[in-house]
Amino acid sequence: MENEIFQLQYALDTFYFLVCGALVMWMAAGFAMLEAGLVRGKNTVEILTKNVALFAVACTMYMVCGYAIMYGGDYLLSTITGDGVTGAEEAATYAPSADFFFQVVFVATAMSIVSGAVAERMKLFSFLVFAVVMTGFIYPMEGSWTWGGNPVFGMYTLGDLGFVDFAGSGIVHMAGAAAALAGVIMIGARKGKYGPNGEVNAIPGANLPLATLGTFILWLGWFGFNGGSVLATASVESANAVAVVFMNTNAAAAGGCLAALLTAKVLFGKADLTMALNGCLAGLVAITAGPDTPTALLATVFGALGGVLVVFSITTLDKMKIDDPVGAISVHGVVGLLGLILVPVTNDGASFSGQLIGAATIFGWVFGVSLVAFTVIKMIMGLRVSEEEEYEGSDIAECGVEAYPEFSSAR
Amino acid sequence: MKLVTAIIKPFKLDDTREALSQIGVQGITVTEVKGFGRQKGHTELYRGAEYVVDFLPKIKIEVAVADSLLDQVIEAVTQAAHTGKIGDGKIFVTGLEQIIRIRTGETGEAAI
Repeated sequence: MENEIFQLQYALDTFYFLVCGALVMWMAAGFAMLEAGLVRGKNTVEILTKNVALFAVACTMYMVCGYAIMYGGDYLLSTITGDGVTGAEEAATYAPSADFFFQVVFVATAMSIVSGAVAERMKLFSFLVFAVVMTGFIYPMEGSWTWGGNPVFGMYTLGDLGFVDFAGSGIVHMAGAAAALAGVIMIGARKGKYGPNGEVNAIPGANLPLATLGTFILWLGWFGFNGGSVLATASVESANAVAVVFMNTNAAAAGGCLAALLTAKVLFGKADLTMALNGCLAGLVAITAGPDTPTALLATVFGALGGVLVVFSITTLDKMKIDDPVGAISVHGVVGLLGLILVPVTNDGASFSGQLIGAATIFGWVFGVSLVAFTVIKMIMGLRVSEEEEYEGSDIAECGVEAYPEFSSAR
Repeated sequence: MKLVTAIIKPFKLDDTREALSQIGVQGITVTEVKGFGRQKGHTELYRGAEYVVDFLPKIKIEVAVADSLLDQVIEAVTQAAHTGKIGDGKIFVTGLEQIIRIRTGETGEAAI
């Protein structure tokens, strides 16, 4: 009887992991639609290709070496046995392959944050080469110091210092934004974005319905992102935790959306949809480091803080001439940091110093190594499309396919 | 024979087309254009950055008319496309040297 219950619990936890992993995979569609909606028509195919390809690169590189770097074991997943029970020191409570599957979709999420920030002017294959480095090395290293529990180059262990990041505000989102920031600094702004006297020129997105769809898809996928990070569901305790996480994740998104919408209305006089969409995501990022401990009201407030912060961050980055077409650095980086800092408010297991040290470690590592990686790639194959290619659009220059051929003036 | 070119506000197209049909005009050509006169553009906002929309969408209607119908056509378009607000548009009248119907080869007023 006891064995039967164990089997059932194993199956349920595995099932839960796989479904949550599938939901996080669905976030890739969300990112693709959001980014496709916020870039111009002439660059849409390129960003879609980038999103599809980076997901594939992430899955492959993480399988080749990333998972091993992050959690130990051999390359090419050779030590993951299908049955987590036979011959293991301690019987696993869910299938080992499910663990890999759940982790790999997080890598892809971190990577896709970069694609939006460098949109409309980075060479496709230069980006994919960076994706190989990020998903095979940069992310797994900082992942090994955080979720992997290893000391940072043997110096200190973040978990011991009180660093807590439940589902990855810092480990996934801020890390992705750090790489994105490195990319944006290396590649520069889109032509015509900033005027000679500091004016910020608007470059409106081509398809706001897609951007909205993408945001809702991300919102749905986030239930898997945060919910799956409970790592179990087959007990009263974990089922309750899962329910709280789902509830808080949703509450934070709602808070972020409203706060951003109202902030935009106050600052600009109009209800800017793109700010509201970024606000939803900001709310989600803000709660991701600690969705298990706050009350629903506090979760809404945390999300709202993210929503207000993201609007100011977007306009500030523009004033600093950091061109981020989709607001990725603001949503994932600035609010990712906020998410980390909010954890000790409701979680005694985390300390402010621990969160800051963790944030600095993650940011310093990812930003620094990304700068190096982008520099090397720039020397080898160039980072940015030529001025003519940027003018005629990446779709024609890099992909040979147009997204909206019947609406283009070329025919 | 005259070519009447009218630049009007897009939402006035249906009214104008009906008014022209009612006085016996049998064919028009319509183009989507952009432009401004003294109306100028307006300022829009995207993620906190202002941008000026200089050129406003308009509709250009071209009608070939016999001299005898010219005044009625001008009157019909002016009435139908009028709103009283700035940006109503303009009518240009130019002389037509020749008209040929491609299907039958008719020329002159018979081709209108």
